Amino acid sequence: MLILHYNLEKVSMALVVAIIGVASIGGIVEIAPLFTIDETVKVPEDLRPLTPLELAGREIYIREGCYACHSQMIRSLADEIDRYGPYSLAGESAYDHPMLWGSKRTGPDLARVGGKYSDYWHVAHLINPRNVVSASIMPSYPWLLRPLDTGKLPAELATLARLGVPYSEVMLTAAASDAMAQSRPDSDGATEVQDRYGAGVAVRDFDGNVEKVSEMDAVVAYLQSLGTQTRAALQTLEEE
Amino acid sequence: MSGADDDRPVDPVTGYQTTGHNWNGIIELNTPMSRIAVWALVLAFLYSVVAWILLPAWPTGNHYTRGLLGLDQGAEAVDGYRQIHDARQGWMARFDDPDFAALAGDPAVMAEAGPAATRLFHDNCAACHGDDGGGGPGFPVLSDGYWMWGGDPATIAETIRVGINGTDPDTRISEMPRFDWMSREERAILADYVAGLPAQSADPGSPAAQLFADNCATCHGDTAAGGLDNGAPSLADASVIYGQDAETVNTTLWAGRHGTMPSWSGRLTPAEINLLALHVLRLSQGRATP
Repeated sequence: MLILHYNLEKVSMALVVAIIGVASIGGIVEIAPLFTIDETVKVPEDLRPLTPLELAGREIYIREGCYACHSQMIRSLADEIDRYGPYSLAGESAYDHPMLWGSKRTGPDLARVGGKYSDYWHVAHLINPRNVVSASIMPSYPWLLRPLDTGKLPAELATLARLGVPYSEVMLTAAASDAMAQSRPDSDGATEVQDRYGAGVAVRDFDGNVEKVSEMDAVVAYLQSLGTQTRAALQTLEEE
Repeated sequence: MSGADDDRPVDPVTGYQTTGHNWNGIIELNTPMSRIAVWALVLAFLYSVVAWILLPAWPTGNHYTRGLLGLDQGAEAVDGYRQIHDARQGWMARFDDPDFAALAGDPAVMAEAGPAATRLFHDNCAACHGDDGGGGPGFPVLSDGYWMWGGDPATIAETIRVGINGTDPDTRISEMPRFDWMSREERAILADYVAGLPAQSADPGSPAAQLFADNCATCHGDTAAGGLDNGAPSLADASVIYGQDAETVNTTLWAGRHGTMPSWSGRLTPAEINLLALHVLRLSQGRATP
């Protein structure tokens, strides 16, 4: 074999072709499984897409760089399950484009943080983390109290719909009004949000100010939705 | 390189063949690849073949080759989790349906359970109630022996389980309603009255006292001392978690309060909840390590 290589080195074009051939093996090994991703990653039947308000919160989560310090993936390790709950399944983030799994944890994992703390706590914590957790090194985000811009939401939903997230035509057209209604439980559109996205969707005033729909409403709605979009992962811990 | 072109000149010093190139008198040795690198490559390839056979490796359309060892990282993690769980069962099982009085009086059990309770409290409760149960603005103090929903361990466990305004179907429900229908003046005098209650400077004969009797006494008690186990705090001892200065009371009257404690039934096991209840009680008695 070494002699073959010795001779190959003397024919430069053949060497180039051989290098490309060998290097492409690495590419094929990484890329080929993606062609069968629809078969290998099961999308849970009860997985619901994010509501427009939660999606807006996700965009703000990305804008503020929360993913740099918080992962959203519970690894398949015993002590992670003990602390955070069932390990994350690929299908749980099937509707996330892009996914926010992350691997660096300056702060705790957030994959199942939904429902763990109250809205009031999240608001106080985001305005100044030291108000509630004295040893926290998380930055403060007081500007999240400004009003939420819902103008881009229909286009964002449409983009995700093209990527395969099951947003219906009605959801797209009602995106902006659904975002407002989800944080106004007494408004006319509030029940429609639950009709469209499921009864499990939290419809309430998240930031404690019912008059204004703020970026805080969106971020807290998003955080409270994490881990609640499907119950599929819980089955991994059920006794056989 | 043995077997290669033998017409290339051999370097007399090292004995290696040269490449045959000559740059102004400088010639290049055709040094063979070191043996150790060749063997490392060969062993790495051999290992990869063994690994393909033993471990999950290749995608096959809608599945993948499982490997002879049949390893599954998810199942391993769940097994490991169950082992952790089983290892705790020795003492944790006693908290499944506990006799709180007996447990609290058993130093052996509490010596084992105490550190675990502290860890659970820090992971789940401390974010709001503080590491030592000292509470915070808007979050109840757990270390002071004052309870809004009852302070015996079984009741504390129930509060943890169902939460307050939480998602459990049996959750405790409590709401300070909005008194935004009152006139601005009425709210102002009522706020002053409530702010003066702890210092007993409030005038019981004032119109504000009448407003209090009509609107507030149902939940907070006729003497504003609370204690009705309905989530409404005493207004007579400055224990209100949102603050009891006139301005804060005015805000509370106008906007209402809808404090939430999450339901922990889905996140913690019954034994963990009972353990936490005992821990919380010991915090208030100054007997637990925060």
